[in-house]
Amino acid sequence: MNPLIDVSRRSFLQGLLSAGALVLSVRFGAENLWAAEAVAGSRADESVLHPSVYLGVDTDGTVYIIAHRSEMGTTSRTSLPLVLADELDADWSRVKVQQAIGDPRYGSQDTDGSHSIREFYEPMRQGGATARLMLIRAAAQQWGVPEAECTTDLHVVIHKASGKKASYGDLATAAAKLPVPKKEELKFKPQSAWRYVGKGQTSYDLADICTGKAQFGMDARIEGMVYASIERPPVLGGKLKSYDDKAPLQVKGVRQTLTIDTFTPPHHFQPLGGIAVIADNTWSAMKGRKKLNPVWDNGPHAVYNSDQYKKELQETARKPAKAARNQGDVDSAFAQGGKVIEAEYYVPHLAHASMEPPVALADYREGKVTVWASTQNPQAVQEVISEKLGVPKEAVTCHVPLLGGGFGRKSKPDYAAEAAILSKALGRPVKVVWSREDDICFDYYHTVSAMYMKASLGADGLPTAWLQRSVFPSIGSTFNVNGIAAGAGELQQGWTDLPFHVPNIRAENSGAAAHLRIGWLRSVANIYHAFAAQSFADECAHAAGRDSLDYLLALIGPPRIVDIKKSVPDYPNYGGSLEAYPIDTARYRRVIELVAEKSGWGKQKPGKGQGMGIAVHRSFLTYVATVVRVEVNDQGELRIPRVDTAVDAGLVVNPEATRSQFEGAAVFGTSLARFGEITATNGVVDQSNFDTYPVTRMNEAPSQTNVYIVESSAPPAGVGEPGVPPFAPALCNAIFAATGKRVRELPLSRSNLGA
Amino acid sequence: MIELKVNDVPRSFDGEPDMPLLWYLRDMLALTGTKFGCGMALCGACTVHQNGKAIRSCVTTMQRAAGSDIRTIEYLGVNGLHPVQKAWMEVNVPQCGYCQSGQIMQAVALLAQKPKPTDDDIDNIMSGNICRCGTYQRIRAAIKAAAGERP
Repeated sequence: MNPLIDVSRRSFLQGLLSAGALVLSVRFGAENLWAAEAVAGSRADESVLHPSVYLGVDTDGTVYIIAHRSEMGTTSRTSLPLVLADELDADWSRVKVQQAIGDPRYGSQDTDGSHSIREFYEPMRQGGATARLMLIRAAAQQWGVPEAECTTDLHVVIHKASGKKASYGDLATAAAKLPVPKKEELKFKPQSAWRYVGKGQTSYDLADICTGKAQFGMDARIEGMVYASIERPPVLGGKLKSYDDKAPLQVKGVRQTLTIDTFTPPHHFQPLGGIAVIADNTWSAMKGRKKLNPVWDNGPHAVYNSDQYKKELQETARKPAKAARNQGDVDSAFAQGGKVIEAEYYVPHLAHASMEPPVALADYREGKVTVWASTQNPQAVQEVISEKLGVPKEAVTCHVPLLGGGFGRKSKPDYAAEAAILSKALGRPVKVVWSREDDICFDYYHTVSAMYMKASLGADGLPTAWLQRSVFPSIGSTFNVNGIAAGAGELQQGWTDLPFHVPNIRAENSGAAAHLRIGWLRSVANIYHAFAAQSFADECAHAAGRDSLDYLLALIGPPRIVDIKKSVPDYPNYGGSLEAYPIDTARYRRVIELVAEKSGWGKQKPGKGQGMGIAVHRSFLTYVATVVRVEVNDQGELRIPRVDTAVDAGLVVNPEATRSQFEGAAVFGTSLARFGEITATNGVVDQSNFDTYPVTRMNEAPSQTNVYIVESSAPPAGVGEPGVPPFAPALCNAIFAATGKRVRELPLSRSNLGA
Repeated sequence: MIELKVNDVPRSFDGEPDMPLLWYLRDMLALTGTKFGCGMALCGACTVHQNGKAIRSCVTTMQRAAGSDIRTIEYLGVNGLHPVQKAWMEVNVPQCGYCQSGQIMQAVALLAQKPKPTDDDIDNIMSGNICRCGTYQRIRAAIKAAAGERP
């Protein structure tokens, strides 16, 4: 979709109609009239000059830029508007960022998969260039000078020869009367003239965050709202048999209780069901809820015990499975002998645990629903509420306040549907607040996985054959009751895309039945695939008696484009074309070499209990190499004094925000490597809060994380997720270097690293 | 009736005395800068000052807040940004920002006690405040900047 051409009201207007308001209703037609009304409230839309859905310029010179992606800390709400402001040659201090409601005009608003910049860099550039050209043309016409002689400089159009100047605000009305130029007419600024792209800016919301004024989903409030806390079936798909509301109703502030039906499978983004306690404030609702004494029919998933399940996954991983990639002939190569090594790895279920638990406020009135949800995907909020309430999608207005973290959890809006269902039943606005316990017990969990690896090393120590097999319940189980087998989208993530220069490679996978809701968590399948492949690469290096980093470079092999289509028929490449985003081993090599130099790899003899480990990984089209230093004492206590990370993400719009993402990824990686583990007994999740599901605290985090960004003009790639996958294997490789102990199962809290 | 001062304004509360201060601040006074994170004093997102000391408002009942002087993030910059807030902005600490009110309130309390904190002091005091985005390195740098030390 090209939003500039499709939705410009002026290009639509040409030869058709004259009045703006009328145009809107015609543009959207009967099927989408409501959306036109709703978005007409946006200042960008109402601005005098509005050549794209993403911006408006008003007569006072204020530039309104629409942020249509959710802001959860990756700074997309700042970085995308920066791209537009740069191409418009706008003064950033005169830009007002406006958060979009859910609306198909903006294209995908699902803020996950690290693709905000990748997918919307060009539309934002075009939006800025379009408005700039219209302002130049308006000035040129007023002055009677050729358009080509006019330039812009920070919110002003200039004609150098005559010395004439006009501000964007003064030109907006005249520019708005001009036809919207075609894409072919646009002139983009040369890179040397970029003001913001590549230089970056702090978050648009920085001051509000530091003063407590920032409005998160948790902070939404409207007149007349009540609060709900929901007791959900402890086992997935369980049904309510009975409960007693006498005691809850005696709690001061509790108004009533209501039930929500258990979903019909597949669970998708539907509410889990349960009993809602409605109260005048959050705490009364939570207190009343504790007195419900519910009795549940737990249903078929009560058979799930994660210890037993782990053994089954590991058994399955030892058996041949379906090949997702087959290159050469690993069986013949193994038959020819060589030094064979095998290893098994395991990564448990993980929870997202964003600091702000899921939360939504919904207001149902006469067939229309207004929602304020902490969501990564307002369009999915519209869809699930439309389905559950039987109203058209267009009747659901979803506002998106700031998110207190997301990490993939908040792409699944079950909690927004809960709020809408309750609001409809009660006839008043309802805010559903998840407790931390709700968040950890009822997540869409990162899946659990077992990996089996086998390689045969030739005389030079390098593998002649490489077999890898993963087993895990798929994200597909969330959308399809028969969703057992992994999808190509999961297998591309560090499995079928193995870049090693090995003649015979086979990547296999087996499915497994899911007993919890499975979802995507920051970097998704890359977490366990990279852990296995990059740990095993280090095991091979050790078996070959080689330096880990030299060996990794040898495994990557000479600079080349990996011909992935030849051995992987179904390779999605994160939705990017292989022409624009090939698997390029030169870029793997560059990040390895850069991190080697910066980290001082091999320069110092490590002291007792000290070690360095390396891992390299490409995910979301970005190449990352990470070196972790550890210190392990005789008691097995671990310190991470330093992390060095080299990143090649193509063109980087906001280096400052990118560095933050990779610093954060090191901490996120520390959490999952050291502590992250969700287990279950009889279908009930065993963990519930930060005491039983610890995440990294300051004293456990890397003391120093250095981020090095490769200068690149390659198309932009992701930065939110790619820092996570190489961290755990680099850490565990460092632990091996320090202690000789090879960690093959996460989390580390299960291993004794002591002497 | 429970009497207390919140951000210098005298208040009275006639609800359940076991209600945590957090929910009084957020739901009743609409002071939403103070955040809910865990409800068990495990994460520090709800940190406010009681008589100048950092406390977790999610486990501090109204009974225990009675008669005290409570200050929240909204009060901190009321006469211009506090040096800790300035440092937070200079160092560009936040990512999602949700935990940062609590982090800032905790850091202000730390610096009031120890104007020149060591790395260990910072670790000891700040490790009660979780940041899931992982901004710890910048939090440390901002505390040092606010203390007049360059990291």
